[in-house]
Amino acid sequence: MALYSETVMDHFRNPRNVGVIEDADGVGEVGNAKCGDIMKIYLKIEGDIITDVKFETFGCGSAIASSSMATEMIKGKPISQALELTNQAVAQALDGLPAHKLHCSVLAEEAIKAALKDYYDRSGIPYDPAQFPDCGSCEGCHV
Amino acid sequence: MRQIYLDNAATTKMSPAAIQALLPCLDQVYGNPSSLHSPGQRASEALSHARERIARQFNCTPRELTFTSGGSEADNQAIRSAALLGARQGKRHIISTAFEHHAVLHTLDRLEREGFAVTLLDVHENGLIQPEQVAQAIREDTCLVTVMYANNEIGTIQPVAEIGAICRERGVLFHTDAVQAAGHLPIDVQGQNIDLLSLSAHKFHGPKGVGALYVRKGVPLTSLIEGGAQERGKRAGTENIPGIVAMAAALDEACGRMEENAAKVSALRDRLIAGLANIPHSILNGDPTRRLPGNVSFCFEGIEGESLLLLLDDKGVYASSGSACTSGSLDPSHVLLAIGRPHEIAHGSLRLTLSEETSQEDVDYTVEAVTQVVSYLRSMSPVWRDLETGKQSFVIQ
Repeated sequence: MALYSETVMDHFRNPRNVGVIEDADGVGEVGNAKCGDIMKIYLKIEGDIITDVKFETFGCGSAIASSSMATEMIKGKPISQALELTNQAVAQALDGLPAHKLHCSVLAEEAIKAALKDYYDRSGIPYDPAQFPDCGSCEGCHV
Repeated sequence: MRQIYLDNAATTKMSPAAIQALLPCLDQVYGNPSSLHSPGQRASEALSHARERIARQFNCTPRELTFTSGGSEADNQAIRSAALLGARQGKRHIISTAFEHHAVLHTLDRLEREGFAVTLLDVHENGLIQPEQVAQAIREDTCLVTVMYANNEIGTIQPVAEIGAICRERGVLFHTDAVQAAGHLPIDVQGQNIDLLSLSAHKFHGPKGVGALYVRKGVPLTSLIEGGAQERGKRAGTENIPGIVAMAAALDEACGRMEENAAKVSALRDRLIAGLANIPHSILNGDPTRRLPGNVSFCFEGIEGESLLLLLDDKGVYASSGSACTSGSLDPSHVLLAIGRPHEIAHGSLRLTLSEETSQEDVDYTVEAVTQVVSYLRSMSPVWRDLETGKQSFVIQ
């Protein structure tokens, strides 16, 4: 189907990092089933490095591909770099998304941020709440 | 790879008979029917002949048929015309159902903004309205009842004859959008008391871009397109002769084989339904028996329809879904919401629409493909995990 780029279809057909980390250090879930997209990200963190990442996604092809790509982009990277990951970067790495699917890349960015916030909360690490906007701030979920 | 086209409610492949009828109209019978010369008159004859053939299939007269660009235009014109007639008598109330095609619903929205009142009847969980609902909803100022013959997403067949009888008795015009029914179900506009009926050629192996509106004699149509005097002044624009001639050929063939096709296709439909029903936490949408021969519509809990379609496409199964992601909007299908499916369930919908070309092997392959893909998508769905671990309760048992 020509709706999506080859890269999107590759990550959709062969998603990387699918699964669950039972003893995750941080878990983030964003979206809602009513809108048709839920993304859940599990992080394993050692020191400052994201040593492992897994995801589960309920959603369309671009939601699954965005999750896959975003997890690839933060795996093995320092937290600071993961926090800087933008939805544009995810969409770009996927060789673009159709305009009405851009919110899927936003969800990926927010899921990672939510998982990192959860990690900070669990570990008692202080942070600036402004760094973590509420999920739902994106247009994608405003019906 | 096996390729199985199961989206015949979206559109069908043109039949050899329709193609054969169409081709000579491109380079032989190419005249303009409005022209006086011989080529024009040959086209005019082809047009009359097609009109007669189509009229015969619906038990109406040729003069009662107006050719349009398709079902949407026919719906718009039917409703607009009835509304204008009503308004002239001070009647500004229209009755319809919550799960009509958008060609009907959006036209009604527009009329509401223009001062009409619209009552949308509940279609219940089985996707069927009861004739008594229509009887109860009719008011002094009701000018039109418009109820689709069969639903395009869940295939349920409405009690058209009963509704027609009620409308005739109460003196209210009755329109039916028969886009999914024409060529698949027997239609008799006299016997069923239908005043206006819309149809579209490409749903019964005819070409795209052509349809017709039947209007009972004595009900004046309003023109949506101004211009020449074609279609007795009710639809301007040079007639689509190739399309109209091919539509007549496709319809003749579909009606000629209707019983045979319906028997074959509905048996395959039931086999497909039985196979898909084995998938845990799945549910058939619409009444199991009062449905189009070729329509199968399911919801699967815990997954989203677009990813289902993409993976089925990889396996050569071509289907459609009422999920929001496939429509480009945020809301799932209004039809599934109208029969009471919650949003999260409606997102996981799959429509498979068969034709007489579908084989039993196709059906069995499809059951296997859908079962695999649903199971795979559930394995990566956080929603499914929550359902399985009891964090959330299943909606579909």
